[in-house]
Amino acid sequence: MGTWSHMWPSVLASFLASSVEFVEALTIVLAVGTVRGWRPALLGTWAGAGFLFMLVLAFGPALQHIPLPVLQLVVGVLLLLFGTRWLRKAILRAAGLVSLHDEDAIYAREKAMLQNEGKARAASLDWVAVTTTFKAVVLEGLEVVFIVIAVGSVGNMLLPATVGAAAAGLAVILLGLGLRKPLSRVPENTLKFAVGILLASFGVFWIGEGLRFSWPGQDLALFGLAAGFLAAAMVGVLLAKRSNHLESAEKPMESVGGRQ
Amino acid sequence: MKTAWSAAKEIFGLFVEDGSLAVAILAWVVVAALMLPHLSMSLEWHGPVLFLGVAALLLENVWRSALKHRRAVLQSRADVDS
Repeated sequence: MGTWSHMWPSVLASFLASSVEFVEALTIVLAVGTVRGWRPALLGTWAGAGFLFMLVLAFGPALQHIPLPVLQLVVGVLLLLFGTRWLRKAILRAAGLVSLHDEDAIYAREKAMLQNEGKARAASLDWVAVTTTFKAVVLEGLEVVFIVIAVGSVGNMLLPATVGAAAAGLAVILLGLGLRKPLSRVPENTLKFAVGILLASFGVFWIGEGLRFSWPGQDLALFGLAAGFLAAAMVGVLLAKRSNHLESAEKPMESVGGRQ
Repeated sequence: MKTAWSAAKEIFGLFVEDGSLAVAILAWVVVAALMLPHLSMSLEWHGPVLFLGVAALLLENVWRSALKHRRAVLQSRADVDS
C-alpha cells in the first residue's frame, strides 16, 4: 500500500502525458499512411522510435552520474516550465480565448499538404512520407521520453513511469488500429489540463527537494500541490473569461468618449 | 546546420511558449533559493511559498495573455469595420 501510494502519481502523470503525445503522433502517422501509403509511414515511425531508443541508451545512463540535488533542481525546473506551458494553454482554451486542439483539422491539413507534395515514383521510396512520420514520432516521442525520465528518475520511479507511458502507447495504438481515424473524441484539453497540473506539481516539488526545502507531509505534499494548481487554474479560467467581458464593456465606453 | 538549428528550436519550444512566463518562473526560483532560507519563517513554509509564487506568476500571465488576445481581436474587428 505504501509503495503504491508513492508510485501511482508517477504512473498517472506518465500515462496521461504520454497519451496526449501518442494521440498527436498517431494523427500524423494516420494522415501519412492514408495519403502516401502505409509502407513509408510505418518505416518513418519505426525509424523514429529506433532513433529515440538510441538516444535513451546513449544519454540515459549519464543521469546516474549527476549529483541528486542538481538532478532534482534541473529536472524540476524543466518539468515546471513544461507543465506551466501546457497549463497556461489549457486555461486559455478552457476560457474560450484559444481554439481547442482539433485532431480532425490537423489530420485534414496534413492530408492536404501531403497530397500537394509531388508523389514519389512507383519504384522509389516516398521520402516525404518517411520524413514526415519520422519527425512527428521523434518530436512527440522526445516529450514522452522527457516526461518518463523527469517523472521517474529523481524518485526511483523510472519503472512505474515507463509502465505508464508504455500503457498509454499501447492503448492509443490499439484504439488507432481499431478506429483507423484520428482520436478526435479524446478530451484533449481536459487531459492537458490534468497533465499540466501534475507536471507543474512534480516540478515545484522537485525544485523544493533540490533546494533542500521542507514539504509538509513530505511526498504527500504532491497532492497538496496538485490541489493548489487546480485551484489556481480554475481562478485563471475565471480571470481570463472576466477579461473578455471587460474588453467588451470598454468598447461602447470608448465610442461615447470619442463623440464628446 | 539549418536542420540542427530547426531541431534545437523545436526542443526549446517544448519548454517555452511564452518567454515572459519562463523568465519570470526562473527568476522566482532563483529569488526563492537565495532569500527563503534567510527569512524567519518555519522551514515547512518554504515549499508552499515557492508554490504560491509560481501560482501567482501563472495567474498574472494568464490575465495578461487574455487581455492581449482580446485587444487583438477587437483591433482586427475595428480594422474590418473601417
